[in-house]
Amino acid sequence: MPSESASLSSILSSDFEKILASWLKAQAREGVKRTDLVSAKETEKQSRDFLIAFGRATRDAPTDDKFDFANPSWDPVREALEEITESRTQRGVSPTEMGWFIASIKLPLFEQMRVAFAENNARLLENVWNTTRVVDQLALHAVESLVQKREAIIERQRAEMTEVSAPVVKIWDRIVTVPLIGTLDSFRAQTVMENLLDAIVQWEAEIAIIDITGVSTVDTLVAQHLLKTAAAVKLMGAECVICGISPKIAQTIVNLGVDLPNVTTRIDLQSGLAYAFERLGVTTKG
Amino acid sequence: MTDESWTVALVRQSDVAFARQVAMKAMTAIGASAIKKTKFVTAVSEIARNAVIYGHGGAITFRVVGIGLHRSVVGECTDRGPGIADMQLALKDGYTTGSGLGLGLSGARRLVDRFDIISSAESGTTVTLESAAR
Ligand SMILES: Nc1ncnc2c1ncn2[C@@H]1O[C@H](COP(=O)(O)OP(=O)(O)OP(=O)(O)O)[C@@H](O)[C@H]1O
Ligand SMILES: [Mg+2]
Repeated sequence: MPSESASLSSILSSDFEKILASWLKAQAREGVKRTDLVSAKETEKQSRDFLIAFGRATRDAPTDDKFDFANPSWDPVREALEEITESRTQRGVSPTEMGWFIASIKLPLFEQMRVAFAENNARLLENVWNTTRVVDQLALHAVESLVQKREAIIERQRAEMTEVSAPVVKIWDRIVTVPLIGTLDSFRAQTVMENLLDAIVQWEAEIAIIDITGVSTVDTLVAQHLLKTAAAVKLMGAECVICGISPKIAQTIVNLGVDLPNVTTRIDLQSGLAYAFERLGVTTKG
Repeated sequence: MTDESWTVALVRQSDVAFARQVAMKAMTAIGASAIKKTKFVTAVSEIARNAVIYGHGGAITFRVVGIGLHRSVVGECTDRGPGIADMQLALKDGYTTGSGLGLGLSGARRLVDRFDIISSAESGTTVTLESAAR
């Protein structure tokens, strides 16, 4: 047992219940006890589990300047933090709230240290400093873990959105269409292009209709993607028809100075289809 | 209403989409016409994206100025980038140092009622866009 860390660990073990109660109070005071998101019972259980793991780690590993979070003695603490961040990510707790949640443990620890080292200012200072360094590291870890988990969720949602928002449909023999919806960032534009080219091959399409009715802004980036897609479609031996350009978007494109040479455009999907039928010599009755 | 302002931090590409949404909100707040909205939002998209790509990130702030029928939205986009050395060239149709169409700056200028740009190596680039309601 490293003697330097005896103070933090002995305070944690001898005043456990007091520290826990005071931490829960501090959480509320710091506004990090999100009663709207996480129940009081759950918070208490998580705080208790974390504090138990924390107490053990401070007993088994150094907390002075030899403190190393990579030390296996800290594994149970990492696991406890993992559980806390997991449940909080799902509930939409912010990184700041997550950070404060852990950081607020400092208050009850300092309170106890002030009592324990009332006679020895140097020892008090040293312990406050060590505790700060350790707790800050834990708080940072919790924030990072929360952010990582959140990004994973966003990434998943984004992937799901790409899936559903660019369905290429074979609308007629040798004609495929893809409706674009929402914002066309580079990532989605790439997916749309790939899907469209695949579909052209798969269905031996000769005309690809891109319907941009659902695209709210056509800026130079979107225009460039459309031009690239049209060029690729042409290279595949098919023709690209862009439809759904509203009058206000048409004006904006002209103002931007974007030129759409070699790209057939039609006002809406019906006119686009009519054009395609004509090109392919399809006769429609009616 | 007049002293209301909205600021959007511009760090990554997805922030540009958010800037467009806020620009739309500001234009809706002054009762702008559909065409004015589309033009302004598109100009904002260009300038905000430039700030992310070339300006190492920054922020854009929207304010409503004027009263009654003469209200307009002012968007001020600042970045901490290297600035634009040759402004005349940068404002030319088709000029790009990246892989774009080179129409962002010149196009945005044609889409709004007022377009100001100040740039220096020390303080980065500031673009001001203004659009009236009609
Ligand atoms: N905020 C900025 N900071 C530094 N340089 C810039 C900034 N904005 C534009 N530039 C420079 O000016 C050039 C022209 O910009 P512009 O927006 O007109 O075209 P682009 O961004 O290259 O292509 P596009 O906008 O058509 O996709 C850019 O290539 C870049 O070199
Ligand atoms: Mg640009």
